[in-house]
Amino acid sequence: MREANRAMLIFLAKRLGYLAFTMLVVSALVFLVLELDPGNVAQKVLGPYSNDEQRRLWMEANGYLDPVLLRYLRWLGDFLTGDFGMSTRFKVPVAEILLPRLGNTALLGLGVLLVMVPLALLLGVLAGMKEGSPQDRTISVFSIATTSIPEFASGVFLVGIFVLWLGWLPGVSNMIGGFDLAQMVLPVAALVMYGFGYITRMTRASMAEVMQTHYIRTAVLKGVPQRQVIMKHALRNALIAPFTVIMLQINWLLSGVIVIEYLFAYKGFGSLLLEAALNKDIFVIEACTMVAVLVAVGTQTIADIGYMYLNPRIRFS
Amino acid sequence: MAASTEAAIPLPPRQSGLVRFARSLALLRESPVGMVGAGIVLAWALAAIFAPLLAPFDPNATILPFQRPGAVDPTTGHTFWLGTDKIGRDILSRIIYGGRRVLIYGPIATAAAYVVGIAMGLAAGYFRGWWDAVLSRVSDIVLSFPIFVLYVIVISTYGASGLNIVLAIIFASAPGIMRIVRGLTLDLRNRDYVAAAQTRGEHPVYIMLVEILPNARGPLIVDACLRLGYVTITIGTLGFLGLGLPPPDPDWGGMVNENRALAPAFPHMIVYPCLAISSLVLGLNLLADGLREISIKD
Repeated sequence: MREANRAMLIFLAKRLGYLAFTMLVVSALVFLVLELDPGNVAQKVLGPYSNDEQRRLWMEANGYLDPVLLRYLRWLGDFLTGDFGMSTRFKVPVAEILLPRLGNTALLGLGVLLVMVPLALLLGVLAGMKEGSPQDRTISVFSIATTSIPEFASGVFLVGIFVLWLGWLPGVSNMIGGFDLAQMVLPVAALVMYGFGYITRMTRASMAEVMQTHYIRTAVLKGVPQRQVIMKHALRNALIAPFTVIMLQINWLLSGVIVIEYLFAYKGFGSLLLEAALNKDIFVIEACTMVAVLVAVGTQTIADIGYMYLNPRIRFS
Repeated sequence: MAASTEAAIPLPPRQSGLVRFARSLALLRESPVGMVGAGIVLAWALAAIFAPLLAPFDPNATILPFQRPGAVDPTTGHTFWLGTDKIGRDILSRIIYGGRRVLIYGPIATAAAYVVGIAMGLAAGYFRGWWDAVLSRVSDIVLSFPIFVLYVIVISTYGASGLNIVLAIIFASAPGIMRIVRGLTLDLRNRDYVAAAQTRGEHPVYIMLVEILPNARGPLIVDACLRLGYVTITIGTLGFLGLGLPPPDPDWGGMVNENRALAPAFPHMIVYPCLAISSLVLGLNLLADGLREISIKD
């Protein structure tokens, strides 16, 4: 047991080291893409109508004439201490707009996961229980169909039905009069519609595989009722693989929220990144990207650790 | 090994590539889902090829704004089957021509990503060691980016042109392809025919391209089909976000973005382009599912 604990610790340390390494490389990439040319930065900060003299003065005042490596290290230091610079568009420190936006997106993401995960697991288990049955075919084709509709199109279809035709829900989710649950419904629904199919298919595959194992056959042959076979023997083993997939879906959600927040004018992280990108608000772009990658790599690390923890075959090997 | 008896058995004549290709297409008949998918994709491909014959109007001509579906153009007497947009361009014609954009850039970007991904995957899987370590690390890092975050920063920094969109798609998709090819190569490199080729003294490049790659094609074809669907979604979504190819040429995602402010009064302006892109992607995904099904049966 002590041996296993040590292996676990080494594994944890390795994953965390890898996380730090990835973030370092990503930060260098982001810096190179956006800040390699200091004149370009000055132009974005001062606007397209600034003249060369103004840009030169700004670069001098802000240390942009230093060598690239020095600028990168200083930039990284600022980042680590939470100084993301000033937003040129909103004229406030980046952290001040980024944090509330992140909170809103976390809320949206939480809503999506709360709806999507139970739905996808249920459908996946139902489909994988009897591979090749009409029930399985129907669920599979349905999940292919919903996954084929890009997020913006599912958003448009949902708005068409529930806002323009039935008039049941608001089509804009800017939460101008405070938090409103009704405004959350369509953004969550659109993201769930696109995303649940993948988890469903993974769960189905995992469930179908488990149903073919010897221990399930034994359980069936010794006369255990089917409900009990599924609930007690199959589910626990079938749900290990989808767990990883669900964690990886967070990476996808970070992409999806850009589209859906833009479509519904939801004041979240995704719409902030897009607005910043379209307006060349360079420091906001940098902060948003770093946060997005940190969340993505962080969840991936949690997925790896969780997978190891859940699967005794890996834990004890 | 009794070489003399083996030489006595005449080898069946090797069929030409075209015949074998037609054979494998015929296999698709066994999967109704795959047939539906192939039909949808074929229909869009034909529409794109024969766009000048099929489209009732010039896709960029501003004729009569705010026409609802079925309205008639008083000057020419032609019908706007799907209505017109806010500056008076025929939506049906724009959808037909818009298919060209997706069906040109999508396959080009996907194929290019495959070339890069296959080269990386073969090298990593065949040479292993350092090649594998470096290439796998690079892929992991690119894949750790949420994909649209990557597209948004790259395209907003370097500008939205056809070339930049293709390059961004290669950059984002090649690592995923690399992972698949690497896995297949790791498995195939231990086969006897690879050992035979190595003993003959063939060049590693020859072994990778002639001995390993053709035997990995099954899973790759299915993946390519799915990926083409995903690239289609990407191109549409970039258009929707205002990061797609510049106007005025029609773009399905761009059409939704341009007209979405008017959706409450004129839903047809945005619903039809959405149906167009969804149906094409659905066709590709169903085709991929059908191909996967028959490849499992084999």
